[in-house]
Amino acid sequence: MNGEPFAPAVSARDRAEAALRVLLPIAVLALGIIAWELVVRLQGIPPYVLPGPVLVFQTLLADWGLLSGSLMVTLITTLQGFVLAVVGGVALAVLFNQSRLIEYSFYPYAVILQVTPVVAIAPLLLIWLPQEAAVLACAWIVAFFPVLANTTLGLNSVDHNLADLFRLYGASRLQVLMRLKLPAALPYILGGLKIAGGLSLIGAVVAEMAASSAGAGSGLAYRIMESGYRLNIPRMFAALVLLSVAGIVIYFLLAWFSHVMLRRWHESAVMREA
Amino acid sequence: MAVAQSQTGGDVAVSLKGVTKTFATGVTALDRFDLALKPGEFVSLLGPSGCGKSTALRLIAGLMEPTRGSAISPGIRPGGARGQIGFVFQEPTLMPWATVAANVRLPLSLRRRDGVDVDTRVAAALDQVGLDGFAHAYPCELSGGMKMRVSIARALVTEPALLLMDEPFAALDEVTRFKLNDDLLGLWRAVKRTVVFVTHSVFESVYLSERIVVMTSRPGRVFTELKIDAPYPRDDRFRTSADYAALCRRVSDALADATARAGGA
Ligand SMILES: Nc1ncnc2c1ncn2[C@@H]1O[C@H](COP(=O)(O)OP(=O)(O)O)[C@@H](O)[C@H]1O
Ligand SMILES: [Mg+2]
Repeated sequence: MNGEPFAPAVSARDRAEAALRVLLPIAVLALGIIAWELVVRLQGIPPYVLPGPVLVFQTLLADWGLLSGSLMVTLITTLQGFVLAVVGGVALAVLFNQSRLIEYSFYPYAVILQVTPVVAIAPLLLIWLPQEAAVLACAWIVAFFPVLANTTLGLNSVDHNLADLFRLYGASRLQVLMRLKLPAALPYILGGLKIAGGLSLIGAVVAEMAASSAGAGSGLAYRIMESGYRLNIPRMFAALVLLSVAGIVIYFLLAWFSHVMLRRWHESAVMREA
Repeated sequence: MAVAQSQTGGDVAVSLKGVTKTFATGVTALDRFDLALKPGEFVSLLGPSGCGKSTALRLIAGLMEPTRGSAISPGIRPGGARGQIGFVFQEPTLMPWATVAANVRLPLSLRRRDGVDVDTRVAAALDQVGLDGFAHAYPCELSGGMKMRVSIARALVTEPALLLMDEPFAALDEVTRFKLNDDLLGLWRAVKRTVVFVTHSVFESVYLSERIVVMTSRPGRVFTELKIDAPYPRDDRFRTSADYAALCRRVSDALADATARAGGA
């Protein structure tokens, strides 16, 4: 290492590599769409079996009023589930970290909640809870465990010597938590968030599907089921596209947030000269 | 050990008497270990790795309790003034998420002494270790030697009466180590605080200390104590002198004896 703080120097080769990482997937996507349209046209596949991308896009525009409303419903559920999962996961991890007894008593149940497939729990929740609350509960159940598990790992990964140093200087429990354990756990927590974002969308979709079999709902997953029953396959595809895009946007937002939070100090985000 | 008996209560900074430390794993790291330091003394603990040097430091710092015997640091522990001890680990042990200044400020801010004089003292500590321009840098932006300086600044910021250093320079290259050795001696001569310096380097211990405690390993005991009466300031001339070479030879022989004794036992 040299004695100077380094300036990130990005070589031409690195830049070319970065460009490729963006351009290649886009090229693959474009090729796939073209091939899809060609197959649909040349084979004369009817739209109620497989609509071409052009038709899907037209449907997306034509039904935008309906679909955007559903998108908002699903996104709001996802966001609520995500926020509750983050708050609940971190709070529970901190609680477990502060008390062995509480951890031993309740951690197994967190695991049980996690390993039981949410598809199987959803119908039960729909019986017990009003529909919106049930959907939210599903989003929460699938999303909170990665936050809990990652935060627990992070809180236990504190450097022993740093912990001794805090003890030497007479730090209180609260100071150790706020100024040592939580900052040390931050990279792990952010890793948990990245997983939880996608999972809360999945949880919301699964619950909406379960709810839609009872004929209730208004989210994107409900639209997909409804379009299926009505054989409105282009709309089904349009809703599907919106769901994927929502998932991708959620992932990149969280990845970006994590990068911003860590870029000054953490190995994973600090730019280094190769 | 004769030294330990000659100490009277008033001028003792550190006193380990008959300290035995057995871990839960059954490992006895220290066995009837005696150590006594006068205020302002610079003493090195020298021994092969695994002989209990770090354990001795942690006992002195009160980070662990002896299984038997007594470990007290008179004038330091009573009143709970734990900031009276500065500890420097082998690794820099900095908070990577905090700037250099925030790392150095830690001991003061944990004790809620935030205020006007805190900033001054942080700046002074950084100045002492030659890092005044780096207050707002993050640890990952610094070289190994600079991180170690931050760690030393953090230990000095409370102006501790007792400085405990656990192989602080072992991971550094020779040039940086020599430089930091000189800086450390300069700091010690400016304010005569008591220093316990752990090392496994004969050369480093002779260069720095007034007295060297040579330890045997498994279990860790005091094998012998050697006085290094070369005058301070010590500098490169001392490092290349015949006196220095002779002292190193003596200490080196003692260390070899200590190791052989342990192996034969
Ligand atoms: N917390 C601990 N638990 C169990 N054994 C330990 C612990 N700390 C140190 N030891 C053991 O005690 C012995 C002395 O360790 P240490 O004091 O670190 O030696 P040194 O610093 O001289 O290398 C070693 O055998 C080590 O494995
Ligand atoms: Mg050690």
